[in-house]
Amino acid sequence: MNSASLWFIFIDSLLINNFVLAVFLGICPFLGVSGKLDTASRMGAAVVFVMLVSSALTYGINLLLVHLDAEYLRIISYIVVIASTVQLVEMFIKKKSPALFRALGIYLPLITTNCAVLGVAMFQTIRDYNFVQSIVFSLGAGLGFTLALVIMSGIREQLNLSDVPNAAKGTAVALMVAGILSMAFMGFAGLGSN
Amino acid sequence: MSESSSNRDIQVLLNGIWKENPVFVQVLGMCPTLAVTNSVRNAIAMGVSTVFVLVMSSMLVAMVRKIVPKQVRIATYILIISTFVTIVDYVIKAVSIPVYKALGPFIALIVVNCIILGRAEAFASKNTVYRSVLDAIGMGIGFCIALVCLGGVRELLGNGSFLGVPLFGPYYEPWVIFLLPSGGFFTLGAWLLAFSLIKERKARRAAQEQEQSV
Repeated sequence: MNSASLWFIFIDSLLINNFVLAVFLGICPFLGVSGKLDTASRMGAAVVFVMLVSSALTYGINLLLVHLDAEYLRIISYIVVIASTVQLVEMFIKKKSPALFRALGIYLPLITTNCAVLGVAMFQTIRDYNFVQSIVFSLGAGLGFTLALVIMSGIREQLNLSDVPNAAKGTAVALMVAGILSMAFMGFAGLGSN
Repeated sequence: MSESSSNRDIQVLLNGIWKENPVFVQVLGMCPTLAVTNSVRNAIAMGVSTVFVLVMSSMLVAMVRKIVPKQVRIATYILIISTFVTIVDYVIKAVSIPVYKALGPFIALIVVNCIILGRAEAFASKNTVYRSVLDAIGMGIGFCIALVCLGGVRELLGNGSFLGVPLFGPYYEPWVIFLLPSGGFFTLGAWLLAFSLIKERKARRAAQEQEQSV
């Protein structure tokens, strides 16, 4: 059992060990869909939602696997759970709220290959979080992902208007910006001494 | 004819190393690339594990490509990949605990490395077993080279050493920033910049030569 307080877990996953900028999870969507502020916030919302659901489910799956003494099936069952969660969430949203479904659109299926979701599941298992801690952790991680994505997209919208050398256009300059952002987030490290 | 076909095989192999390098050209598999390259040792461990998973899963995907129905192919690929990742996970744990601790959850995250799923879908599902293995080896070597490029620069500047051997003597003041996350972003950005500069210069030279010949 991990004894970290809920508030600490939340701040830790949101700011100090931000999933994108400090742990390097979910870089692909971070670079891929951070072109526009609007799409970035929608993608973030979808990720938060899937992370919460899959975190709760993988917690249960892990208990079952430990009970059956079959931990070697962990990676396989986690990825299957996440993939089917994404499918279920997609179907559920489509039925319940067509407006939200249209808004999220293509971003929902893309989440399956977002390593941040599997990352949350692996971290909560390694760190031995209990159920409430896992939920808080996944919420913090999801919001941290959204925060990084939204900040990045705001910067990139400005970047489009500025004069960038031809060779640096695209991914190279985006990575440089991400580096500076990550340096800024290092400032939160002081919050970690609880 | 056999000569031309073996030539094509070499093309398939070289494709992944240079022309379609998964990291520097296709910009795939960014998360492990950035996360584990703070030392050359970790980079090599990650590279070798990824190559193993890539080659084995490409081989298996190519073997079953005619049996698996189209609708469930992605799910099948993911299952195949995660099986091999589990093997790698346990092998690394048995071989070296420090490496296992350093790579942490990123071994499990090889499952969602887009390079592997990408090659399964784009190449192994359409080609023979032999070709797919060649392609996987090429891509894997390309990935390893990229990882070592990044890890080398970061360890050299951030720690003044290469593979744990100090190079610059006791008076070198290490740039710790290169071992931290932001250093990973900067290093990869710089490599991408260097590659696009080379490409740009090549294109300009080709254009000049064409002008002269006209």
